[in-house]
Amino acid sequence: MSFFKKLKEKFQSNPSDENVSTKYKEGLQKTRKSFSERVNDLVARYRSVDEDFFEDLEEILIAADVGVSTVMDLIDELKMEVKRRNIKDTNEVKQVISEKLVEIYHGEEDEEVAELNLQEDDVTVVLFVGVNGVGKTTTIGKLAHQLQEDGKKVLLAAGDTFRAGAIEQLNEWGNRVGVDTIKHSEGSDPSAVIYDGIQAARSRKADVLLCDTAGRLQNKVNLMNELSKVKRVIEREVPNGPHEVLLVLDATTGQNALSQAKTFADATDVSGIALTKLDGTAKGGIVLAIRNELGIPVKYVGLGERVEDLQTFDPQAFVYGLFADMMDEE
Amino acid sequence: MAFEGLADRLQNTIQKIKGKGKVTEQDVKEMTREVRLALLEADVNFKVVKDFIKKVKERAVGQEVMESLTPGQQVIKVVKEELTSLMGEDESKIAVADKPPTVIMMVGLQGAGKTTTTGKLANLLRKKYNRNPLLVAADVYRPAAVDQLETLGKQLDIPVHQEGTQANPVDIANRAMEKAKEEHLDYVIVDTAGRLHVDEDLMNELSQIKENVQPDETFLVVDSMTGQDAVNVAESFNDQLDISGVILTKLDGDTRGGAALSIKAVTEKPIKFAGMGEKLDELEVFHPERMASRILGMGDVLSLIEKAEENVDEKRAKELEQKMRSASFTFDDFLEQMGQVRNMDHWKT
Repeated sequence: MSFFKKLKEKFQSNPSDENVSTKYKEGLQKTRKSFSERVNDLVARYRSVDEDFFEDLEEILIAADVGVSTVMDLIDELKMEVKRRNIKDTNEVKQVISEKLVEIYHGEEDEEVAELNLQEDDVTVVLFVGVNGVGKTTTIGKLAHQLQEDGKKVLLAAGDTFRAGAIEQLNEWGNRVGVDTIKHSEGSDPSAVIYDGIQAARSRKADVLLCDTAGRLQNKVNLMNELSKVKRVIEREVPNGPHEVLLVLDATTGQNALSQAKTFADATDVSGIALTKLDGTAKGGIVLAIRNELGIPVKYVGLGERVEDLQTFDPQAFVYGLFADMMDEE
Repeated sequence: MAFEGLADRLQNTIQKIKGKGKVTEQDVKEMTREVRLALLEADVNFKVVKDFIKKVKERAVGQEVMESLTPGQQVIKVVKEELTSLMGEDESKIAVADKPPTVIMMVGLQGAGKTTTTGKLANLLRKKYNRNPLLVAADVYRPAAVDQLETLGKQLDIPVHQEGTQANPVDIANRAMEKAKEEHLDYVIVDTAGRLHVDEDLMNELSQIKENVQPDETFLVVDSMTGQDAVNVAESFNDQLDISGVILTKLDGDTRGGAALSIKAVTEKPIKFAGMGEKLDELEVFHPERMASRILGMGDVLSLIEKAEENVDEKRAKELEQKMRSASFTFDDFLEQMGQVRNMDHWKT
């Protein structure tokens, strides 16, 4: 069975899967339109698979922010695959392209959909980190809502004590969603806020504590040290904690996202990525490069502004979203 | 994984052609390929890179590079010159309306840094230009955006006009204009909500605000870490709102900032200021030439260009020698030679 057909069947036979894929399809509409249109256009323009074809394909992938070195690797692999399978028709290459993309997204074997590492008998502590303006607080608000819907008791800790209005912003999300926020005043020590958050979570028997932190650029050494300290406080108070460290990345970010992932991972052992703002025209291709070079998985994607638009990441659904038009043609 | 500067990238090719007497078109092609990769790694949009490389190639294949004794360095020099001319001149002036108040509108995607930059800009206007600005909280969508601007206003002791989150942003802006006139404030800075450039309703809201307040400046605030999508964002905002300039934020990070070049190329609007830190006085005048060096990978590039320039003089020296030998050496030539000698550092001791 062809790869496209397999994907299509997976999502059309299972109603809940179909629900997920519809969200991706809608959320990625802008992204997909330009990406698959361009791949289709490319395939239509070229009769044979030659150097020019690959050069144009290279551009399409670079335009998706996949990153130069990942693109070069990918193109090399494609060339080999095309040779191995003796593919002459550009239409057939289309399929190989998406196969390779999925392969990079979830490695060799089929992985389960990324889920939060929730604890059974202790509070689950999730630490959110990232540069300024990527959407940490908003993502926490949306995730709090979802966890609560799942029957979890959630508590928020306002660890961004630096940016003006950050505490109010998290508190406002807490009010909307109906969960409490542990907060100190602006300018106070973020480690102390998180410490209090843990104590409060224990005494109130909360299931999950979501910890906000101030946005910081990864080249600010003292701010990164501050973040390591926050993590150490959690480690000391909670065995095996923090159970998740989510790096929030803006999908519109270019190659700097790689540097962000690397430095934040060094400082805080990032366990997963939340990729936000995918509902614009940005392709979020940097996720490919990060997965490829650093092995950090994507756990959540932001596909819109509504609370329910935060979705657990499903690589197949993601690629299905990118290539849905092309698949429907088959 | 780390970014390689253009100088590093070109090193191999430079080594290879060092011993050769003549540079071939193939050599130039190889060098421009490295330039292309360096620019793409710096997040310059691929279409912008394509046009740019075409220009560089034309100049490089011409005599300028092929004749040079140091073609590698010459390529870098050509790239730097073209990049600087594309980035434009220093243009950090802010408009002044004939009849106050002067109105500035801040627009951009979510998380670009509009509210922080609004505070910084107000601070700059007061400190550097001795103006009295009014800040307007027209972001009624993001939770606590109004609180954020209020807090900044308090920190800076600059008045903020806000009507909570229930009022219409167009009305808020209109009433702020009246207030500024009544209280004789000479600048009005309208902080609008972040929005996607493809969100028609919200983009129309911006057009409406613009129609009502008739801003003298419409600044697009862009995150300097933006990737290939920067062209789409800048194009959409410019098409719909005819922006007057760009402010680049978070430039104190380690991004190469190729987005700056992409935005300049598609909008042809000047980049006026750059956010260089989290403190409220860290908004700086934008320097196009420094940005060009940064996109290429800084330091090394400059020293290589200096070397190239030194070598140009070497060529001139050979010409002079030739003149001496053929007895056509004039006083002008003598004067030039003395000038060159004086320029040498080790003679100055």
